[in-house]
Amino acid sequence: MTLRTPATPATPGASAARLIYRKPDVLLDRSTHYCPGCGHGIVHRLLAEVMTELDLPPHTIAVAPVGCAVFAYDYLNVDFVEAPHGRAPAVATGIRRVRPEAFVLTYQGDGDLAAIGTAEIVHAAARGERITAIFVNNGIYGMTGGQMAPTTLLGQRTTSSPNGRDAALMGYPIRITEMLAQLPGVTYAARGTVADVASIGKLKAMIRRACQVQIDGGGFAIVEALSNCPVGWGMTPQESLQHLKGPVVAEYPLGVIVDRKAPGAAPVPLQPATGPEA
Amino acid sequence: MTGQREIGIAPRHAGAEAVPQAQARANAGAEADAHRRARVLMKGNEAIAEAAIQAGCDAYFGYPITPQAELLEWMARRMIELGRVFVQAESELGAINMALGAAATGARVMVSSSSPGISLMAEAMSYMAGSGTPMVLVNVMRAGPGLGGIGPSQSDYFQATKGHGHGDYRVPVLAPASIGEAMELMATSFELAERYRTPVMVVADGILGQAMEPVDLRFRTPERRAFDWALTGAVGRPARVIKSIDLDPEVLEKRNLALQHKYREIARHEVRWEGWQLQDAEFAIVAYGTAARVASSAIAEARERGIRVGLFRPITLWPFPEHELARLSRHLDGILTVELSSGQMVEDVRLAVEGRCPVAFHGRMGGLVPTPHEVLGALKALRARVDRTRETGHRERVESRGAFSRGHGSDGDGDGAGIHASVHAGERHGGRR
Repeated sequence: MTLRTPATPATPGASAARLIYRKPDVLLDRSTHYCPGCGHGIVHRLLAEVMTELDLPPHTIAVAPVGCAVFAYDYLNVDFVEAPHGRAPAVATGIRRVRPEAFVLTYQGDGDLAAIGTAEIVHAAARGERITAIFVNNGIYGMTGGQMAPTTLLGQRTTSSPNGRDAALMGYPIRITEMLAQLPGVTYAARGTVADVASIGKLKAMIRRACQVQIDGGGFAIVEALSNCPVGWGMTPQESLQHLKGPVVAEYPLGVIVDRKAPGAAPVPLQPATGPEA
Repeated sequence: MTGQREIGIAPRHAGAEAVPQAQARANAGAEADAHRRARVLMKGNEAIAEAAIQAGCDAYFGYPITPQAELLEWMARRMIELGRVFVQAESELGAINMALGAAATGARVMVSSSSPGISLMAEAMSYMAGSGTPMVLVNVMRAGPGLGGIGPSQSDYFQATKGHGHGDYRVPVLAPASIGEAMELMATSFELAERYRTPVMVVADGILGQAMEPVDLRFRTPERRAFDWALTGAVGRPARVIKSIDLDPEVLEKRNLALQHKYREIARHEVRWEGWQLQDAEFAIVAYGTAARVASSAIAEARERGIRVGLFRPITLWPFPEHELARLSRHLDGILTVELSSGQMVEDVRLAVEGRCPVAFHGRMGGLVPTPHEVLGALKALRARVDRTRETGHRERVESRGAFSRGHGSDGDGDGAGIHASVHAGERHGGRR
């Protein structure tokens, strides 16, 4: 894999200047539909950086979820297919099986992955599908107006738990990444957050590792990105980040949960995918 | 010419060379590729699976359910043998969404299930119709509703033709009446799916799935098309997106209008049906699949008794051969629709006939199949009714709903028209429900 260095001068004559910030080309030049302060934009950006660094965009077939990231293909310039709500891991399985040479990526929220799509994510992980799953957990259904998700904290008020999540009535938050990490088919599982700059750096390293696992022929790889939902949480962006660092991280501990070596699989070199029209 | 089957196929696009089963049989002698032609005894589910494989199916995704499990099992063995893709999914939801993903990359994909599983697959069918993703889906129908039973049934006609999932969409529905025809229609269904970028459904019933029949091992592999929409990695071209969502109502209406245009094209070019003994017919039985096989036996018996009756067998349930049936109905004294259901296709028959002649219905449910004798009884009853109407000079419309009431009801003529099973229930319980 060739690393594309962001320090490459973008324009002739600018060679004397050292470029320290450059938007990855795969990230389209559009303003997003995300609410002010939302963490999705950061995760998109990290993903775009990692994909660019690993030269993945031409090989990528990505699966968009239903939820806030439903329009992910408007921001990431790679081939995309829309999945029904929760079914992204099954859709990705289909792609993986007929396109062994492609880089297969799913991007899901917590309603999509941890509620309606639990069967699909568990079995894709159990089969050890060689896909990279990005899981953005903001503990709420943002797109539909801030309803309770399986990941909502106890006591948290949402539009469908107006008095706060009550364990007796609504059960407990799901740590689904830990659940998935139990499965031998999961090569890599980690949880990071967009809460501050240092965490964002660590999250990027996790995303990079989850992509590298697929490149190296490993099994299922998942990165959970704890994120904020200022509008859904009824907070300012600053307050939401403090909340994220406090009670949210306390419920969902950060770090690498499992990093198994690829189970004997020979690395599968990435090649430009060939289609019927190629 | 009485006794000879005619097959109706509307003119289609150039390049389509679907050979109707009956015609194919007639041409059999001229076939050169003898090595692909042998007559063997095959189980329906397995024959359908092998025909799909020979039609170039790249990937199959399934979940076990009776009465189509042998189809999945055949695929499990053969697809792996051939180095192709077979995945037993965690559910029908998983299976069809895997198919969605694989199809989005341009692969030739297939799923199969039986009624309750098709209900679960309905969600993705809607997405695939909306996003223009080709796929072939086989429904080996069993009796419902709910978990129902595993006997043969045609009670998913509404589901297949009027919509499985949500939204304004249709899918072509092909209904074979024999295992040989089912094999031929597998190739046709892949062609239709790829030509029109749509899911295509093949509906069989438990009998077609489970029975064994001698079949010609004659296969056809539709030509591969170049897809300018397939997701293959954005190399040297802009990125592609396969989706059904559009939050702008103007844009979404345009998308819908394009879909409806496609459906009109399909309705114009892809109607398939078969007629038998219709030339001099005064009556016609309209039936598809296994019901048409039973009807054929009843027609042979009826002809011996001097009743001039023929068979009109829709092969595409959608698009329904409505114009063909409408034309035919002008020359008929009456139509009997026979189904393994409470009467679903009969609604389309009535819509096509538009009251030009009486339309009666006979059906069985729960996994039971009407006997030729029953069908003959229903036919005689229809004829008697038409005769009575003539005598009184009073044009009375005989419709299945009317016949249904009589089956339970006061005049107690027990004429056999109506829902046989309901008549039984009526007798047992002594009256109307």
